[in-house]
Amino acid sequence: MLDFIQQLVSGIALGCVYGLIALGFVLIYKATEVVNFAQGDLMMLGGFFVFTFIGLMGLDYWLGFLFAVCGMAVFGMATERILIRPILGYPQFSIVMATIGLGYFLRSIAGMIWGTDDLKIETPFSAGVVKIGDLVLAHDKLSVIVATVILCIVLFAFFNYTRLGTAMRATSENMLAAYYMGIPVKRVVSLIWAISAAVAATAGVLLAPITFIHSNVGLALGLKAFPAAVLGGFGSIPGAVVGGLIIGVIETLAGFYLPQGWKDVMPYIVLLVVLLIRPQGLFGPSMRKKV
Amino acid sequence: MSFFTVDGISLQFGGLKAVDDVSFSVSKGEIFTIIGPNGAGKTSIFNLISRLYNPTSGRLSFEDSDITEVPPHQIAKLGIARTFQNIELFENASMLANLLVGRHCHATTALWQDMLFMPSVRRAEKAHRRKVEEVIEFLDLQAYRDKIIAGLPYGVRKVIEVARALCSEPKLILLDEPSSGLNVEETDDMSFWIRDIRSELGITVLMVEHDMSLVNRVSDRVLALNYGKVLASGTPSEVQAHPDVIAAYLGA
Amino acid sequence: MRFIFKTDYDQDIRILKHSGYWWSYGILLAVMIATPYVLGSYMQSQLVFVFIYAIVGVALMILTGFTGQASLGHAAFLAIGAYTAGFMQSLGVPFIVYFPLAAVLTGIVGALVGFPALRLHGIYLVIATIAFAFIVEEVLARWESVTHGNEGMRVRTLDLFDIPIARDSDAFYFLCLLVLVGVTLLALNLLRSPTGRAFIAIRDSETAGKSMGIDLATYKVKSFAISAAITGMAGVLFAHKMTFISPEMFTLLLSIEFIMVIIIGGAFGVHGAIFGAIFIVMVDPFLTALKDDVPVLVSSIASSLGMAKETAADLRDDLSRIGSAAGLKGAIYGLIIMMFILFEPYGLYGRWLKVKLFFQLFPLYKRATFKRQKTYVKSERNR
Repeated sequence: MLDFIQQLVSGIALGCVYGLIALGFVLIYKATEVVNFAQGDLMMLGGFFVFTFIGLMGLDYWLGFLFAVCGMAVFGMATERILIRPILGYPQFSIVMATIGLGYFLRSIAGMIWGTDDLKIETPFSAGVVKIGDLVLAHDKLSVIVATVILCIVLFAFFNYTRLGTAMRATSENMLAAYYMGIPVKRVVSLIWAISAAVAATAGVLLAPITFIHSNVGLALGLKAFPAAVLGGFGSIPGAVVGGLIIGVIETLAGFYLPQGWKDVMPYIVLLVVLLIRPQGLFGPSMRKKV
Repeated sequence: MSFFTVDGISLQFGGLKAVDDVSFSVSKGEIFTIIGPNGAGKTSIFNLISRLYNPTSGRLSFEDSDITEVPPHQIAKLGIARTFQNIELFENASMLANLLVGRHCHATTALWQDMLFMPSVRRAEKAHRRKVEEVIEFLDLQAYRDKIIAGLPYGVRKVIEVARALCSEPKLILLDEPSSGLNVEETDDMSFWIRDIRSELGITVLMVEHDMSLVNRVSDRVLALNYGKVLASGTPSEVQAHPDVIAAYLGA
Repeated sequence: MRFIFKTDYDQDIRILKHSGYWWSYGILLAVMIATPYVLGSYMQSQLVFVFIYAIVGVALMILTGFTGQASLGHAAFLAIGAYTAGFMQSLGVPFIVYFPLAAVLTGIVGALVGFPALRLHGIYLVIATIAFAFIVEEVLARWESVTHGNEGMRVRTLDLFDIPIARDSDAFYFLCLLVLVGVTLLALNLLRSPTGRAFIAIRDSETAGKSMGIDLATYKVKSFAISAAITGMAGVLFAHKMTFISPEMFTLLLSIEFIMVIIIGGAFGVHGAIFGAIFIVMVDPFLTALKDDVPVLVSSIASSLGMAKETAADLRDDLSRIGSAAGLKGAIYGLIIMMFILFEPYGLYGRWLKVKLFFQLFPLYKRATFKRQKTYVKSERNR
């Protein structure tokens, strides 16, 4: 029983990681209907930024964290300006391919700049553990869970209760109409990319002590976060986190209880089954085209 | 039993009754128009007839057979074709390809025959093209034969949609607001064509329309709807004189 | 400029529309047949890869370009074809049997993948195909009695009616060319028949297609099955070309390469698949050249322009270090994809058409002919 709970908790921690990356997907999708396949790679880049600030330049952890997040926000804005804005409104699949191209590019460049070794940084969460009875919880994992919950609540409130959030939702529904209603569409879109990249950077920084920083870490985690976002019904903020938790828990439990090999495919099997039953994901609204 | 009958049909979206117990019947060779303010449920009735929506209750019958349960892609084969309010053409294909898709319900060749383009496919293709050319001639669309739809003006697309529906050689054609977005001249042309569709091709017309002058010119009978319910039915002048209809339009 | 007066329906139906086509495709075919006797073995081998990629490109063109169903799982279909070939061959089944068998088997798997596609749209479908490809990859790695797992599997030399066809022989080249030509004809036939038009209808408006009598379920499944079957055939050729197959050859990255083929080629015509395949396969020889020849060339130009010998040598070393940096290929791939989507959205085939039109209309060509209209995001959720 204790095994189970221990596994469940580490599954939840892993799930939060996926959820955190999935949040980035969902934000951009919610505001622009663009699916950003490079989200995992933005996270990877965030990790490398924080490594540069803390590991190489020797800054304080929190200062490095802040710099990395701000740096990534600027990077996200630049990406939007250069790559996304010219093709916004093209068929969805073209944009998906463009972001896949971006991912390739970032991975390769990061590998050239920072090398291909696993990098590690010391953080305040690196070593400590919390013990509840026989249950052992590592600080680094707890920090991920806490950050995910906070970010999820903040972003949910932002989208549903602020003027800017409403403007973002309007933009995704019909960009031209939003334009006519006086919403500064270009600024809104560039802002959402900044926010999304910042969320990715946060994920990258929090993950640094757990997974190491490596140029392929983004691809590996991104490919798990993606089903998480789909499972939750792309476009739903709580859905992303719930989807992430489901994938994380299933993966961990499958790795513990099932024969080798099931760990990696189980999330995808669950995803296919869910999509067969509910094609719009767990939290996605069912809609159809009006004629 | 008559040509086409809608019997007590209802459609419910959650708590909203989009169509509420509507019954009417259309006889062969008639031009029958449904009018009503926006949101009265006119297009919903069309979507029910072409089976895109499932009715909550009620029956539809066409030529003595019940079509309430027929899957949507078989409706065309039975002889019911339609157009759409906001134009649903195949944007990135030529007009000819669009019209040939209209012939799809008459396709008889199997997949392997298509892949190898057997002589039977070639023969069928020629027959389809002959029929399509007749429709192009009928609606005067020769100039646009090889043009891609995406580049054509709205008025032309509207006509092409009618042409695509005619290509399936229907017995009943559903026109969803044929004149919306057309200028006065184009609306005039459309009214002639609608009458020709009935008199020359012998196709029964069921349409939804807002332009009352067009309705008066072409329709034999009119049905007025509001909030999914039937207000009145009869000849155009009877319906327009009906107090409930006047109230619905003027909001009294 | 050529004006064509149509007097017969056959003129529209024909694949080669007029005598000009006969000439140009005849010459192309003659060149392709002469190639093995002219080019070196390395380029011939690259051409075989072009053919295999082009076959997959045609398959994807049918599914993604014409039916509008995106797939990032085609590497899995290729794998199924390749492993069928390897396994059947080890059982002693002749090529003439397992080649069509691989196509049929992959086609059936493709149809099964097509079923979820009936209800999934856009990004959900992309994810479903990725998930499918992962599962196939894992099965290949675990089903050791058939696939030898991660150790991989040797594929013996192709044996056609007891005549061995080595992987780098002229005969293998012609076999691949033959399959490509056959598959292309198949695709073109589909496009001019009711089935192909139904595919296009599904791509552009499912609702209208339904009301015109197209059974979406049947046609989507057909499209998936045909596309998968063609990819399965390519898989058999791929297995024989590589002579060794293992699960890590068929990853998501390969599927992405296949999609690149049609995006770079231009996703609106069968020509695009072939242009794209040429481009993708030739990236490798280009990179090799970048590594070996360019630094030497640049430094010799620099020294001939009066640069000191040591600096020129340094320059050469720097350049070759960049050229051989690990992962350069990834960066170049990424750049290629982004550049094409940004600046050449109609792909190489689109560029070809533009150049052709330029000469046909000279000097009256207007740049605006192909200008994209301004587009705005409109929710695709309500479809």
